[in-house]
Amino acid sequence: MEPFERYRDVVDDFDAFLAACQRGLPMAVRVNTLRATPDEAVAAFEAEGVDVERVDWHPHVLVPDTDKPGSTWPTYHGWTHGQEEVSAIPATVLDPQPGERVFDACAAPGSKATQLSAMMDDEGTVVANDNNLGRLSALRFNTERLGVTNTVVTNQDARNFSLKPFRDDDEDDEAVAFDRALVDAPCSCEGTIRKNPDALDDWNLGHVEQVASVQKGILRRAVQVTKPGGVVVYSTCTFAPEENEAVLDHVLAEESVDVVDYDLPLEHVDGLTEFQEETYDPRVANAKRVYPHHNDTGGFFTAKLEVTAA
Amino acid sequence: MTADERDGEAMQSNDDREQEPTDSNDGQQFDRLPETATDRTVEGRATREAVVDWWEERFGVDPAVFDDHTFWEKGAGKVWAFAGDLPNPTRDVEAAGMTFLRTRQEHWKPTTDAAQRFGRHATRNTIRLGEDAAKRFVAGDDQDLDWDGDWGYVIGVHDVAGREEPLGVGLYVYGELKSMVPKGRQRDV
Repeated sequence: MEPFERYRDVVDDFDAFLAACQRGLPMAVRVNTLRATPDEAVAAFEAEGVDVERVDWHPHVLVPDTDKPGSTWPTYHGWTHGQEEVSAIPATVLDPQPGERVFDACAAPGSKATQLSAMMDDEGTVVANDNNLGRLSALRFNTERLGVTNTVVTNQDARNFSLKPFRDDDEDDEAVAFDRALVDAPCSCEGTIRKNPDALDDWNLGHVEQVASVQKGILRRAVQVTKPGGVVVYSTCTFAPEENEAVLDHVLAEESVDVVDYDLPLEHVDGLTEFQEETYDPRVANAKRVYPHHNDTGGFFTAKLEVTAA
Repeated sequence: MTADERDGEAMQSNDDREQEPTDSNDGQQFDRLPETATDRTVEGRATREAVVDWWEERFGVDPAVFDDHTFWEKGAGKVWAFAGDLPNPTRDVEAAGMTFLRTRQEHWKPTTDAAQRFGRHATRNTIRLGEDAAKRFVAGDDQDLDWDGDWGYVIGVHDVAGREEPLGVGLYVYGELKSMVPKGRQRDV
């Protein structure tokens, strides 16, 4: 927990924060509404003798009382997908609509990409990209297992993502730009400490800064391939401001984009406008930080961006 | 009826408008299936008409179920179902929708993912399994079973939460139901 000492002055009730980080986290599942309703999923679990708790802020997130949700009928049938509770936040904030073109820049292993498809009722297109070839097989496995058919999987470096595969020879990039984009960025994963107790083992500031530079590149490109008026959501499962508010601050300065407020029906605090010696664009306060002690979940950071005309 | 026979019908019934298949299949790109044999330019490629007819003939799936899907071949005989449209051909993408049907072989074979996704619309050649038989099926076990339907690929179904739900693809021959659920999808439920 040593790396968390740097957050002592910015986290409210720091002792409660540390205590929560040391507790384990129950497994949660998201109901795949392409296949079943939450009521059907609950009935299927209960028929197997598994009690289910529903979370109050999201109708599709359930906590089944079992160590092995994978060995149940709802999971086998693709009615449910193992997904941490806070991991359901970014797609909910992005709010994709049926028929839209949506980009998921760092999609593997596909929890959020398949949530996007479900929200779109499998209509429109989700371009699910990941630069890690090894993780692409999990992404493909999960989309197919969940019966998703509106996803195109690509294996590009999101920092210079090319739209060429999607346009006909007589079209330009604007013709195939996205309505919405999700950047659930690779990060130092501090917020997953309750699930992965060794998450901090290799923590060092150099790594944080290195990852932050990749995050900036990915978010900038996601903004560039999204139509003016479109929405981009930036999220991480980490607390480090270098990977969160500082990334937004950089992209606000470089791209035609705004960071806007949104409703989040979970306890949270605003994005930080200063940390240690740094100050950030005041608009980053519209981002939301969810700490583990707030709602007894993992930690998460989510920002909603609107692309403005260049 | 085999895939070859099905495609063969269309080819035999055709006249001199039919294009001579000239190109060969390129395993690195997604090519849209031709509508009918008349439109075919790549030898041996399944047609959309034949694919939709096959699902109707084998499983009684209403062709309208596939109205919003386009079909693509990438990899010899591997047909993908995609909800939407893409440039034809599409290169430099790893997947488009789901793998759906294995063609270019005597007996076409649906994938387990496709059986789960579209099998709710099946009205024939489904085998209803009790709880124990369903568990053995998804564990990948073969089992003896009396059933008076057609030999060939079938869809195993069972009841979950008041709904009849497809489990995946089986092969029924000689009084035995062989589970075709791929290793990665097999579960000890």
